[in-house]
Amino acid sequence: MITKLFKSREIILLAAILALIVLVETRFSGFAAPSNLASVFNDTSILIMLALGQMVVILTRCIDLSVASNLALTGMVVAILNSTMPDLPVVVLIALAIGMGLIMGAFNGILVWKLDIPPIVVTLGTLTIYRGLIFLISGGEWINAHEMSGGFKSLPRMEILGLPVLGWIGIAVIGLFLLLTTRTSLGRAFFAAGGNPHAAVYTGISVGRTRFWAFTISGGLAGLCGYLWVSRYAVAYTDVAGGFELDVVAACVIGGISIAGGIGSVGGAVLGALFLGVIKNALPVVDISPFWQLAISGAAIIIAVAFNARSERTKGRVILKSAEHTS
Amino acid sequence: MTDATPRHIPDRLNSRANRLLRSWESLLLAVAVAIFLANTFASPYFLDPWNLSDASFNFTEKAMIGFAMALLIIAGEIDLSVAGIIALASTAMGYALQFDVGTVGLVTIGLTVGLACGLFNGLLVTKMGLPSIVVTIGTMSLFRGIAYIILGDEAFNGYPSSFSFFGQGYVFWVFTFELLVFVLLALIYGVVLHATNFGRRVYAIGNNPTAAVFSGVEVDKIKMTLFVLTGLMSGIAAICLTSRLGSTRPSIAYAWELEIVTMVVLGGVSIQGGSGSIVGVVIAALVMGMVTFGLGLLNVPGIVMSIFIGALLIGVIALPRLITLIRYGRV
Repeated sequence: MITKLFKSREIILLAAILALIVLVETRFSGFAAPSNLASVFNDTSILIMLALGQMVVILTRCIDLSVASNLALTGMVVAILNSTMPDLPVVVLIALAIGMGLIMGAFNGILVWKLDIPPIVVTLGTLTIYRGLIFLISGGEWINAHEMSGGFKSLPRMEILGLPVLGWIGIAVIGLFLLLTTRTSLGRAFFAAGGNPHAAVYTGISVGRTRFWAFTISGGLAGLCGYLWVSRYAVAYTDVAGGFELDVVAACVIGGISIAGGIGSVGGAVLGALFLGVIKNALPVVDISPFWQLAISGAAIIIAVAFNARSERTKGRVILKSAEHTS
Repeated sequence: MTDATPRHIPDRLNSRANRLLRSWESLLLAVAVAIFLANTFASPYFLDPWNLSDASFNFTEKAMIGFAMALLIIAGEIDLSVAGIIALASTAMGYALQFDVGTVGLVTIGLTVGLACGLFNGLLVTKMGLPSIVVTIGTMSLFRGIAYIILGDEAFNGYPSSFSFFGQGYVFWVFTFELLVFVLLALIYGVVLHATNFGRRVYAIGNNPTAAVFSGVEVDKIKMTLFVLTGLMSGIAAICLTSRLGSTRPSIAYAWELEIVTMVVLGGVSIQGGSGSIVGVVIAALVMGMVTFGLGLLNVPGIVMSIFIGALLIGVIALPRLITLIRYGRV
């Protein structure tokens, strides 16, 4: 039982996060206070949601590099709409953001499904296209806080029971993903399509269609996060969330989602994102320059993936070394 | 059915000339010619030799890495840390400035750092058996992160004037030193990939690594070599780029890895490994260089050019598949 517990990636990751929090607490008391931890969670909510979307994509042996561009484009569109039509209800804007994200994700999915183009190529292409479109529609202008309506900005910051709405949305999405992955046939299909695509076909699962839905879900979440990001930071510009797609993939990798597909869990993705979030929040507190953040998260990815490979390694006598390292 | 000998059906579609015409490279070449003509008509400044020479900086540095990356992708791996290596190598050179190492010293440091980074990637992938896409996403942050730790928001300036030759010098009339390096590397990589045993093994590994092991190919050793080569090329590119800019910032060559992968994939190298050619990469480099240069002459901002590059990448790959689908009535 105890050895089994130690082999669980989620437990190890949770222990690592707790150790990190304790370590920071010794240097700066108050970091581990519930209110501060709630704000760390709130800060990390967007990363958590995107990591969950990315998780289902990676489960099906794909990768979505376009999430950050999708987020930025959606954010810019709703920000422009809000500044030109302040009377439009925020609910409509949120629905619009999710819808836009869904369509962009579905576009990725269609190209992967119907035209059979490798996902990394598709999303590399849409990454640059979506990012360029932001500049086209905004003309490189910034949408600043004073151009946004009060309701647009305040929604994610409104506090309910000590946690801002942004954090609650994060929790809701985590709940939805728990349901999706453990209680629905689509959730099972994600694992099956990535674990063994050929076998999945024989059990009646359309691998292409499953991948399409994974991309669509990932896109929809990116759209939702687009609104949340822009309204929370109260600014929209071309480079919003630049390079964030790699943070999202990193969170998944740290969370033990196998890049070869088929292996992963909601808990892993959430904890992977939280791990990065705690580091990001702890650095300034313990007086380390934020310039260290990139190197630390890079090292964390490498250590996590090395760890991953060790736990996934097949047991038994190795007669001929397997040559296949990658999918 | 008494005759056991196979019947030969004349396959007109498969003649040598036909294959050449239908190859990826000819499709790409057609795109290149079209872009060249479009540019010539769109701007009167396009067909100026000095302008064109200046424009070659758009692709030479990226293509240097692209050649090595092509081999790596053909072998079924990828290196997303190349831009991070440039940042680290450039930072190391800038750091060395205060020790008065001279131009030779700077070049040595740039190459060594590139080599060491490639070695590090290679060790993680081959010795520990980790997937290269994840490893290099990690080392990408790690390498650039170290550059940020050393530099913060400062910059290294004051490179010696003799150092500026690599990025600014001309070797013959309008031809820059970088263009010469680009041509030389294209030839070397072309020969290595298409005319040596080593190149054949690279294809074999990409097509079926397990079969390659059983055929006696030293898969890990070759993959290791390819990672080191990619690191070395990134070092060379770092020298050229630093010399051209005359300064080092931690954000140097930001997001180049994606452009380089785009160039290689546009050049017809299969991202799943096993196929591709150096000629394709060369044409893709020219296409991307011409697109960005031509749009630049028309005052199109860089970020909007990325739309064209992205659309080109998806379009060029999607089009043949779309045509096949339509031909068989599947759409």
